[in-house]
Amino acid sequence: MFRENMEADVTFDSDDAGRFDPDTDDAYSSTEEMAVVESPPKIISRGVDVFYGDTQALFGVDIDIRPNEVTALIGPSGCGKSTFLRCLNRMNDIIDGCSVRGSITLDGRDIYAKSVDTVHLRARVGMVFQKPNPFPKSVYDNVAYGPKIHGLATDKDDLDAIVHSSLERAGLLDEVKDRLHEPGTGLSGGQQQRLCIARAIAVEPEVILMDEPCSALDPIATSKIEDLIDEMRNNYTIVIVTHNMQQAARVSQRTAFFHLGKMIEYGHTDTIFTNPNEVRTRDYITGRFG
Amino acid sequence: MTELSTNTPKPRDVSAIVTAGLAKRYAAERRFRAFGIAAIAIAVAFVALLFSSIIGNGYTVFVQTHMRLDVELSADAIDPKGTRDATVLARGDYAGLVKGALRERFADVKKRRDKRKLHGLASQGASYDLRNMVLADPNLIGQRISVWLPVSDDADMLIKGHIPRHTGEGSRRISDKEIAWLDALAEAGDLETQFNVRFFTSGDSREPELAGIWGAVVGSALTLLVTIALAFPSGVATAVYLEEFAPRNRWTDLIEVNINNLAAVPSIVFGLLGLAVFLNFFGMPRSAPVVGGFVLAIMTLPTIIIAGRVALTSVPPSVREAAYGLGASPVQAVFHHVLPLAMPGMLTGAIIGMARALGETAPLLMIGMVAFIVDIPGSFTDPSTVLPVQVYLWADSPERAFMEKTSAAIMVLLAFLIVMNGAAVYLRKKFEVRW
Amino acid sequence: METKKPQHIVRSYDDELGHICARIVEMGGLVEDQLASAITAIVKRDAALGEQVSGQDGRVDEMEREIDELIVRLLAKRQPVADDLREVVAGLKIVGILERVGDYAAHVGERAVTLGAAPELPAVLVIARMGKMVRDLFADALAAYANQDARLALSVWQRDQDLDRLYASLFHELLKSMEWDSENIATCTHLLFIAKYIERVGDFATNIAEHVHFLALGHPPQGERPKAGNTNIAIKPITGGQPS
Repeated sequence: MFRENMEADVTFDSDDAGRFDPDTDDAYSSTEEMAVVESPPKIISRGVDVFYGDTQALFGVDIDIRPNEVTALIGPSGCGKSTFLRCLNRMNDIIDGCSVRGSITLDGRDIYAKSVDTVHLRARVGMVFQKPNPFPKSVYDNVAYGPKIHGLATDKDDLDAIVHSSLERAGLLDEVKDRLHEPGTGLSGGQQQRLCIARAIAVEPEVILMDEPCSALDPIATSKIEDLIDEMRNNYTIVIVTHNMQQAARVSQRTAFFHLGKMIEYGHTDTIFTNPNEVRTRDYITGRFG
Repeated sequence: MTELSTNTPKPRDVSAIVTAGLAKRYAAERRFRAFGIAAIAIAVAFVALLFSSIIGNGYTVFVQTHMRLDVELSADAIDPKGTRDATVLARGDYAGLVKGALRERFADVKKRRDKRKLHGLASQGASYDLRNMVLADPNLIGQRISVWLPVSDDADMLIKGHIPRHTGEGSRRISDKEIAWLDALAEAGDLETQFNVRFFTSGDSREPELAGIWGAVVGSALTLLVTIALAFPSGVATAVYLEEFAPRNRWTDLIEVNINNLAAVPSIVFGLLGLAVFLNFFGMPRSAPVVGGFVLAIMTLPTIIIAGRVALTSVPPSVREAAYGLGASPVQAVFHHVLPLAMPGMLTGAIIGMARALGETAPLLMIGMVAFIVDIPGSFTDPSTVLPVQVYLWADSPERAFMEKTSAAIMVLLAFLIVMNGAAVYLRKKFEVRW
Repeated sequence: METKKPQHIVRSYDDELGHICARIVEMGGLVEDQLASAITAIVKRDAALGEQVSGQDGRVDEMEREIDELIVRLLAKRQPVADDLREVVAGLKIVGILERVGDYAAHVGERAVTLGAAPELPAVLVIARMGKMVRDLFADALAAYANQDARLALSVWQRDQDLDRLYASLFHELLKSMEWDSENIATCTHLLFIAKYIERVGDFATNIAEHVHFLALGHPPQGERPKAGNTNIAIKPITGGQPS
């Protein structure tokens, strides 16, 4: 097989030629080009600066996040990727002295506009955190909390249905259906994280932000979450921050590389991991960062 | 690499060096452990000493010596006109009846001085007991009944062995004759110690054998109710606001510093404040539990606020993030998630504050709760005293019998504390969520 | 954009990558020697040398297996990405190509043994020129790999057409020679095969060049590879008497 390939033809086969199309090498040009064909970006960030007091944490970040795609944010610790993620549902508002400049739009509307209510925004943009953080309540109550506070369920049966379908979509229902009323904190780490995902999707968000969702999990649990993320892509737009570059390569369609508060490179994950444009990206993903 | 090799020290027997030092290290460890055990042993010894002294002095208060007398409840002395009216009955000469019964029992006592001594054997409470019996059942009038009546405090002390019999007659408060009468009663089986109900049901009295703790217990309970009703909600609210909602600026910093300082202010200052503000300015009643409660609440607030803030900060931020991430509003995040998790810690803080308030005397002295109050307080505005003040009052009294009352009051105070702490532990366990 | 790459944080990773590269270069050197010997054997009509070359092929195969194993192990252990991934994948492919070139050198060596007994034809001179040319191409391709030199790789890629042109002319010459004298058919056929092998080695050199280009820049050389020399000539209809 191998040998035949060698002998067969000199040129690369058409598949390869397509992948290394010169146009796709440039992330920006490809994005611009594809925008014509694809649906418009879900989230557009332009010139986003973030300050913690006097310290600037992010410098002019421009990203288009596409619907029904997984966008991975990678970079060394303290590069601002989590900060950027938290800008997308205004979680930074909680932090004293944090200010955001520039524009971030969700479906074309500025999420930092005065008229935007953070409660409403966070119902549309859900979040899953680094450490599994179920509420110290039962599995059922964990999932039911979001629908309850937003008034999504009309009655008890409706709420039951939401809880069940959310757990189902998070791939957790079979494991917990006999202990819905036992504490969520009694589950294993991976199950807890999937419970948190179920809790997030119970509110039926459009975008799900994940801040290193697997960093506290073992490889098997990680694989389950990755599988889940891949499946969830059909229904949600997902932005994931990860320290694990292999994970970014596995689950995402697009990858943005952050370094020292700047976004260095953004493009198709395939390109970033085979032929990054920027030396810094290459040095980081190949493990050469000095 | 070359650098590394030049820097590497000469090979040496690390194992031997470690072994040589081991004995020294373990000795240090043993020494430290011995110090710890010694410290605990000393502490335990002192606590044991304290308890044994208090209990040793005070346990006898739970019984009271009574004597049996045959009393002629003559209608002449109680109700000469036969109206059976309660006010008339209450005014009857029961003391005379008791004296008569005593004289009848010891018919050979003729001298006036001896008679007075004989009368002194019975407590003033004996006549109150008789009156209560008659008031409860007026049919007793005209009958001759055999009743157990309390003896005087000196007689009681003698029977309980607190007054030595062998010292000279002049150096004790009870004469040989009285001892002889009591012995005679004892020989006839007409003298015995019975459970001292009065101590747990009555208020203070000038007569030690009549003095009870109940007034102080009720006073303390009422005062603490006011304290907790005021201090806990406002303390928790302050803690939650400062910790969860308030912006961090110069004003909140100032408030924080002040709260921390208030926690260290001597308690008598709060008493002066209460005197100036509540009594003199607002004209509230003196010695009332409501004022005591106000003063103690102000004193306890800083403790509760500080403990509450600590409890709130110890709630993992991930809980807040989780709630905010789902779109909970700040108030929902705090009241649905943060506060329930902080509650056990806040309760602990509140209980510590309450325990301190329960043991507090100084500020209450300033607002007049040191007054001698016989009646059991029935409302928050009735004059009353509290347990520690009662301890202080009794400790100040000269009679030997008050010494055991003091110890007993301390025991009741401790029991009160234990019950409160028990309640705190129960509440904490109940609210505690396994994290 | 190409700058001196800093070391990996895990230093043994660099050592392993470097080791693989060194082994591939070493294998390339071995194959290059065999190719040179085989061509010399043809040109000098040295049957013994030819035999020696064809006997040495096992050594190359062994090296291929060894390097494959190193690469598979590195893939499993380090999960390389970007440049490292390209380097490793290109290495894997180049090793395969080298093994094929080794095979061809052995084939050429075998033919040298046969040709030793055959009459000498002038076409051998063209073979010698082709041999010189292919050795240059191959050596440059290897040098480009060793130095990750995309420019040199591109020049190899472009120069292969000269070899193709020479091959085409030799093809026509041998065909004519066979038409003239049927005695020569056997010799000519051998020479034709040898020429074809050499031409293929030239193609392999361009393959290596393409991989080097990809490894260095992340994409293969752009556009169609320049080709020259058409050997696909029309077959003349047989004159005189169609089968009826």
